[in-house]
Amino acid sequence: MIEPLIYDISSPGRRAVRFPEPDVPTSDLPKDMLRDDLPLPEVPELEVIRHFTRLSQLNHSIQTGFYPLGSCTMKYNPVINEDTSRLPGFTQVHPLQPEETVQGSLMLMYLLQDWLAEIGGFAGVTLQPAAGAQGELAGVLIVKAYHDDRGDTKRKKILIPDSAHGTNPATSSMSGYEVVELPSDERGNVDLEALRSECDETLAGLMFTNPNTLGLFEEHVLEVVDLVHEAGGLVYGDGANMNALLGIARPGDLGFDILHYNLHKTFTTPHGGGGPGSGPVGVAEHLVDFLPGPIVEVVEEAEAEDDMPVFGLVTPEKTMGRLKAFHGHFGMHVRAFTYILMNGGPGLRKVSEYAVLNANYLKELIKGTYVLPYDRTCMHEFVVEGRLGDIHALDVSKRLMDFGFHPPTNYFPLIVREALMIEPTETETKETLDAFVDAMLQIAKEAKEDPDILHEAPHNTPFGRLDEVNAARNLVLCCEWPGNTRKAGEKS
Amino acid sequence: MFVPHSETDTQAMLRTIGVKTMEELFEAVPEQYRFPELDLPAALTEMEALEDLQEIASANVTVGEMPSFLGAGAYNHYVPAVVDSILRRGEYYTAYTPYQPEVSQGTLQAIFEYQSMISAITGMDASNASHYDGATAAAEAVNMSQAITRGKRNKVIISPGLHPHYRETICTYDMGTEVEVTGDDLDPEAGPEAMIEMLDDDTALVMVQYPDFYGRVYDFTKLAEAVHEAGALLSVSVNPMALGLLKPPGEFGADIVTGEGQPLGVPLSYGGPYLGILATKDKYVRSLAGRIVGETTDTRGQRGYVLTLSTREQHIRREKAMSNICTNVALIALAATVYISLVGKQGLREAAELSYHKAHYAAEKLAALPGYSLWSDQPFFNEFMLNTPKPAAEINEHLLENGILGGLDVSTMRSQHENALLLAFTEMNSREDIDRLIEALAEVQK
Repeated sequence: MIEPLIYDISSPGRRAVRFPEPDVPTSDLPKDMLRDDLPLPEVPELEVIRHFTRLSQLNHSIQTGFYPLGSCTMKYNPVINEDTSRLPGFTQVHPLQPEETVQGSLMLMYLLQDWLAEIGGFAGVTLQPAAGAQGELAGVLIVKAYHDDRGDTKRKKILIPDSAHGTNPATSSMSGYEVVELPSDERGNVDLEALRSECDETLAGLMFTNPNTLGLFEEHVLEVVDLVHEAGGLVYGDGANMNALLGIARPGDLGFDILHYNLHKTFTTPHGGGGPGSGPVGVAEHLVDFLPGPIVEVVEEAEAEDDMPVFGLVTPEKTMGRLKAFHGHFGMHVRAFTYILMNGGPGLRKVSEYAVLNANYLKELIKGTYVLPYDRTCMHEFVVEGRLGDIHALDVSKRLMDFGFHPPTNYFPLIVREALMIEPTETETKETLDAFVDAMLQIAKEAKEDPDILHEAPHNTPFGRLDEVNAARNLVLCCEWPGNTRKAGEKS
Repeated sequence: MFVPHSETDTQAMLRTIGVKTMEELFEAVPEQYRFPELDLPAALTEMEALEDLQEIASANVTVGEMPSFLGAGAYNHYVPAVVDSILRRGEYYTAYTPYQPEVSQGTLQAIFEYQSMISAITGMDASNASHYDGATAAAEAVNMSQAITRGKRNKVIISPGLHPHYRETICTYDMGTEVEVTGDDLDPEAGPEAMIEMLDDDTALVMVQYPDFYGRVYDFTKLAEAVHEAGALLSVSVNPMALGLLKPPGEFGADIVTGEGQPLGVPLSYGGPYLGILATKDKYVRSLAGRIVGETTDTRGQRGYVLTLSTREQHIRREKAMSNICTNVALIALAATVYISLVGKQGLREAAELSYHKAHYAAEKLAALPGYSLWSDQPFFNEFMLNTPKPAAEINEHLLENGILGGLDVSTMRSQHENALLLAFTEMNSREDIDRLIEALAEVQK
């Protein structure tokens, strides 16, 4: 099943693409500065195509099968997005062109800012963050910029529930904050007593995911927000789970001060095998001036009703700074724009309703067989224990691949033993969900009758389990080519 | 729009769950805020949406419609047809981060090949799986320097030749840390030697760009020696296309190489998504930020690939992680991998040489125009700063009237350069276009 490396199918003198001869007189090259060798493969065009096509066939993807990966919202990515984002009017535009030549891009960004603000209940949105983790960074730095601006420098502490994504604590400490972990109560909510005892004058803010990573809507959301606000802190919302809230509740209405959106989860921009993502950030009125710039504003109102106003890039007055070069992942903005345009308000509400319906349906059919630690109505996802006798969540996950399914997120959140976090999304049919349930029940049966089949799974995939310990111990991060030793990092 | 349920499905599912209506599923949401009306435009069909988007796109002027001489971190190179045909395969673009290697070998091996090619181009031992863009990769290099020097050295010297957006990004990332970002007051006309004088015991990192923001190419050998003597690290931000021609930073002693990979098969797309390059030497691999793919074997004895060294990362280390990075830009790294596979050893050099020749042809002609001169006599690759007889904004306006997207008005990013245009050239600029530019610039003086 293995596909040779591109370097292994290289042969000197072969090539695919050719460039034209220079149409200008050539100049001398700076001899002392030239490189001697460029160790890159030499492969003809058809072989390049076959190589990358065959490689692609080794991937599981949304287009090839069910992908119930909790917290990642692996729903159908409309193919039309791939067409609209590739319109030459969008792809062949340089980020530093004069603003009068990019009014189309600016208008699209302006409207998307506006729509995201409406969906989240916020006063302002920046599209600049490159991914969710960068949206988080922006969020925490806005918290910092806000307190600094008020001369309130004693606030050193960020509260993070123990169910939170690992990026939350990593982001806070990156930004110089002390991280205090909050326990969850027996219903999977943030523990109010624990929260109350941490709400003092050193509190900078709370990083709050709602619905949380157990897939549960925080039952005391309003009290939580109030407590933080009364202590002078800000509430930052991790929007990873927005797919449950479109047209259901607006975080801004619930009192959140800041929220990052994942365009690659909620708004169908593709995950791409690990990016590019896009993580816009919305803020309430009192934080608009701190947004990272640039953002798009109307710089000249339209003269007549049918005219377009003039859009321009503006840096907010007290901006926390720039997060990357240029204006964000514009190609992703076009995709999300297309998606919202095709759904409208009622359509988005339907998205979340059916995401929640699908999750509750699965939960209901699985919970008798797998332990469900928090048994109440879930939102777009739920978490069960993947432990069945001496069978681990990992074994269940690997065996699911034999049935043609991508495994759920496993071993997260950390507060559930052997967690399997299941997010079906709204774009899956009842038949697909039923087939997944059958597989889960079959696996539970196998755990009793033939556990080895699980220990040794997967069996029907192109590859068996890979040796991750060896990979980390004997690092090989690079292909071999003449002159390269094929080693990197510490030797074992 | 993309919800597949029939009414029969919905009813059956609600029954299984044990509720009568959809609304019952949302009782945990505070009632006063439940089900807000969203003020959004009415839903469109695919046909209508495409028409709308086409109309919006047509309000832009493209570099296909007008010759463009803009660079400054994003370059209009040719993207061969095969690149996008591979990128449009659903198996790649609708996959997640390859956490389950048994069913993700396509993405994993492609990233491994990407890492290999980036190592080869930069002359480094190891590359990560990619990062957001050139600016954020530079910011991660600063983070790395803190990890490597264990936070004992806090000063970072940034060359005035680093792209201003990259410097700003670094400053944002280091807002809440001990890092002191210096070098902004250095005279951009001074060479790399000026930074040697700033080195001290507290210096963790020196960062330069190659070719630099102004297009200049320096040999950093001496700087690297001095940096290492001071116990600090040298980080070099590159344009990988230039490395088709120029000595790789690994040869003159760089410890970390970052860069903007957009020239390698990625469209301009109004600024993103692009490709952050981040590579380093053997000894710093364990401080490298972001995802990394390593080779191993499976239970059947097959060679395969996995994400490795994850103990550096946020999902394991949480608040003790070096960085909060979760994703890379895998699909864009794939674009670069396919691009490099297609152009290969010869083609990358050719594309680089073509860009070089076009820029040098233009520079020679422009420097001969009355009122214009080259700002620097340092060697350059495909970009240079031109002193202009009038403010660059006025000149660009004149160029636009003549159907040309001019260069960057440098004063918009560095205010001290009032009358200066930064002009970039690639294989996409024909001699005819360049001659039109020269002619139009000559007219400005009349």
